[in-house]
Amino acid sequence: MISIDIEKNLKTYQGKRVLKISRNFPAGSITKIYGPSGAGKTTFLKIIAGLVTPEDGKIVVNGTVWLDSVTGVSLPPQKRMAGFVFQDYALFPNMTVRQHLEYATDNTNWITRLLAIGKLETLDQHRPEYLSGGQQQRLAILRALAIRPKLLLMDEPFSALDAEMKQALIAELKIIFKELGSTVLIVTHNPQELDELTTSGLLIE
Amino acid sequence: MTDLSPIWLTLKLAAITTLLLLIIGLPVAWWLSRGRSVIKTIIEAIITMPLVLPPSVLGFYLLLAFSPQRGVGKWLQQTFDVQFVFSFKGLVLASFIYSMPFMIAPVKSALQQLPTTLAQASYTLGKTRWQTFIKVLLPNIKPSLFTASVLTFAHTLGEFGVVLMIGGSIPNVTRVASIAVYDSVERMDYASANTYSLILLCITFIMVISVFLFNKYQAKSPLD
Repeated sequence: MISIDIEKNLKTYQGKRVLKISRNFPAGSITKIYGPSGAGKTTFLKIIAGLVTPEDGKIVVNGTVWLDSVTGVSLPPQKRMAGFVFQDYALFPNMTVRQHLEYATDNTNWITRLLAIGKLETLDQHRPEYLSGGQQQRLAILRALAIRPKLLLMDEPFSALDAEMKQALIAELKIIFKELGSTVLIVTHNPQELDELTTSGLLIE
Repeated sequence: MTDLSPIWLTLKLAAITTLLLLIIGLPVAWWLSRGRSVIKTIIEAIITMPLVLPPSVLGFYLLLAFSPQRGVGKWLQQTFDVQFVFSFKGLVLASFIYSMPFMIAPVKSALQQLPTTLAQASYTLGKTRWQTFIKVLLPNIKPSLFTASVLTFAHTLGEFGVVLMIGGSIPNVTRVASIAVYDSVERMDYASANTYSLILLCITFIMVISVFLFNKYQAKSPLD
């Protein structure tokens, strides 16, 4: 179970506003997060990962307190180890596809399997600049999965994939999520496309 | 036959200064690149000062600060038997301070231009700040790192005022090439002055052109 209760001041073009979310996510659930641009969807994911600090709040993941503004507890992202798929992919330009995965894990069997899932086996010696947008996005997903995260945070993870590739990847991811027992939060601008994958939804306005 | 020891001394000084600035300047540049504070602004201003300060002014204050007759210089002499004035160590210290902006400013700027999500992605994979700096950030600012190193090296080759003030012109100890050129002209020995000048000119030209070539190669489009 993941319990989140946070409050964060946001600066937007429309002025200042408060992002306030209180919600429990059952272990193993897959939740789509949607809402208008600038609502704070990405900030919400970054708060959970420990990359952004809220003014106030508490995050408890599977019984471990990650954040408690009252007691002053705030685990760094390195301790939280939440898998994170960034909207801009955040791939490392100096590393090849394989090196990205080797940077995250030393389990070669797992790397081989991930490469197969992402259909990147033949491109494993290529650097991101030589990959298409869709290939880069798949690599970003594989890198986040490489650490076998119990909590996976995905920010627009399928936006650059064609319909066929998306379907194939989602089918594979379903199996992986179940196998890892991961709880998954997916930010999307197109909630309908994730109906098949997700078990619940969260609207951030 | 022209005495080439000032050339070797200059190259040794430039190499040591560049190495020290790589070791100490890179973490400083990294620290400065992350966030803003009053202390960081003040330190950055101090680091940038040698760019606008006349070298003789910097040399003068270093001479006063490290004079064995007073203050820090006296304490260093009495406690550690170390003397910076009129010694090679003094040249290294002066060159280090004088060349700091050439190393730190471009590296800091390059680090700031990297997307913040690069470091964030590394942290979420469990990597420490240091691992992220070494494995992700530094390799992705290679052109700037190379440019900063070459500029630091080349700038040290050309130092005159600051090294003259703190080091004087002691053969094989502090008489670097730029000072040897000046001494030779004063002695009307234009042949030696020309030899030193020509060697410095060639070395500097090769270094600057290598920066342009390296950066051109790095910026090459994958479609070329």
